[in-house]
Amino acid sequence: MSSILSKVKLPYLLLLPGFLFLFTFFILPIVNLAQTSTQTPIAGGDTGEYEQTFRFANYIDAFVENREQFARSFIFAICATLLALAIAYPLAYAIAFKSGRFKNILLVLIIAPFFTSFLLRTVAWKQILGEEGFVVPPLRTLGIIGESTTLTSTSFAVVLGMTYNFLPFMTLPLYASLERIDPRTMEASGDLYANGITTFRRVTLPLSMPGVVAGTLLTFIPAAGDYVNAAILGNPNTKMLGNVIESRYFRIVDYPTAAALSFTLMAAILILVTLYIRKAGTEELV
Amino acid sequence: MTKIKDATIPTIPVQARLSRWFGRNLIRIYAFFGFTYLFIPVAYTFAFSFNDSGKSNLIWKGFTLKNWQNPCGAPEICTALGNSIKIGLLATIFSTILGTMIAFAIGRYAFKGRSTSNLLIFLPMATPEIVLGASLLSLFLVFQINPGFWPTVIAHVVFCVSFVVVTVKARIASLDPRLEQAAMDLYANEFQTFRRVTLPLVAPGIAAAALLAFSLSFDDFIITNFNSGTLTTFPKFVYVSAARGIPAQANVIGSAMFFLALAIVIAGQLISKKTKVSK
Repeated sequence: MSSILSKVKLPYLLLLPGFLFLFTFFILPIVNLAQTSTQTPIAGGDTGEYEQTFRFANYIDAFVENREQFARSFIFAICATLLALAIAYPLAYAIAFKSGRFKNILLVLIIAPFFTSFLLRTVAWKQILGEEGFVVPPLRTLGIIGESTTLTSTSFAVVLGMTYNFLPFMTLPLYASLERIDPRTMEASGDLYANGITTFRRVTLPLSMPGVVAGTLLTFIPAAGDYVNAAILGNPNTKMLGNVIESRYFRIVDYPTAAALSFTLMAAILILVTLYIRKAGTEELV
Repeated sequence: MTKIKDATIPTIPVQARLSRWFGRNLIRIYAFFGFTYLFIPVAYTFAFSFNDSGKSNLIWKGFTLKNWQNPCGAPEICTALGNSIKIGLLATIFSTILGTMIAFAIGRYAFKGRSTSNLLIFLPMATPEIVLGASLLSLFLVFQINPGFWPTVIAHVVFCVSFVVVTVKARIASLDPRLEQAAMDLYANEFQTFRRVTLPLVAPGIAAAALLAFSLSFDDFIITNFNSGTLTTFPKFVYVSAARGIPAQANVIGSAMFFLALAIVIAGQLISKKTKVSK
């Protein structure tokens, strides 16, 4: 057997089917989307008929018209990511270092809510936070929230829903990188008279940075493009970019604007992610 | 009572002891609240699957088992569930095969274009679902392919492949290369080594990847909504009926899936423990 030749070829043979698939159904669609984004309606044509005119002003129009939703998408996504980090870090820490023989069970429990459809859980939040749920009436009685204040159909509910839905995406990478830390490094730090806070700040946190980076990305990216939480838990004034893209596509059949917005969203995310990775200084992502 | 306490730990007052206990267990208490947050909606969904609710499952009206006895009672719900399962299984099979092959290539070989390959795997994960969904639909429209069952399967494979690659690759990276070397030393050829040593060792990673792919596909809404046309899937059913009230049968199916998945995972853990012991 011509084994040297096959050794050179084998990885490419293994890659071929998958990459052909990704090329056809991921790269090609993105290129096509870029093409759609500069089209304009055909004069005198039906709704939904467009021709290529390379009108790059589509981007400016789309951005100016929807800058509010654009800003909201990023603010909400950043809030949800920070909240998820604040909740998930201690959670992952507890599972990695304080759970003993329950470790595997607790890990399964982190993923388990995934299996109840996330839409059902989001709708459940809507009802829990609603007027007849078990949160609002007691808070009213205690006078913490006023008679006219509601929890659903607010920005608060949207951010809470996003934090909730993407929490496992944050917890799992955090756990993976915390679990890899040799506990002796922390003990050594303690032996050298560092207190708990210093040990955490100088040893544990830096060593867990790959997990922080991966977790925040896996939370931020889907959160920025999400529209389901805003649709179920928000109101017309909490619409995000995803809601606009969705309605442009399905209700208004305005493909060029939807495409331009999709591209702007993707570009903004990629720029932010690149800057963030540079700053956080981790190269190994996946 | 106080005397006994004083005798055993005489110097530390109760308050200080309480605060010390808190300090030591703070992280556990915090984790407890974290898990509570995670499970509130799951518990709510489960509880309301027993609601004698009629059409919209908004207010508790009384306990009943009839939703569990007749999970297909709501119109269309089991068609939607069937579609989701079919799409999920097909997407899992395709993405696991393609993803595992890619993972072996990237995880095992140094070749030209390896970092580009890594980038190509990372990109679908860095693309928001709505962009993936919208761009695929545009492509299907250009080729005049109607959205429906197969376009949805294809769309699911696109976003599942990367997760499969990452999961399997992690497993490959954790293998001890000496095991394969040992097999080769014992005159196993490359194919035998792969089939008898490498593959069994990577198998748990592939199983985990398949489970992940299925759960991602089964639960997907955004991409499905773009590419499924008039086909209903379970998440689509929930989303559409959310406006006029979700039937309690949806809660039954959601809860059943939860317990089923939990059972599968626990069974998998037990099996892997058993094989470890017997080895």
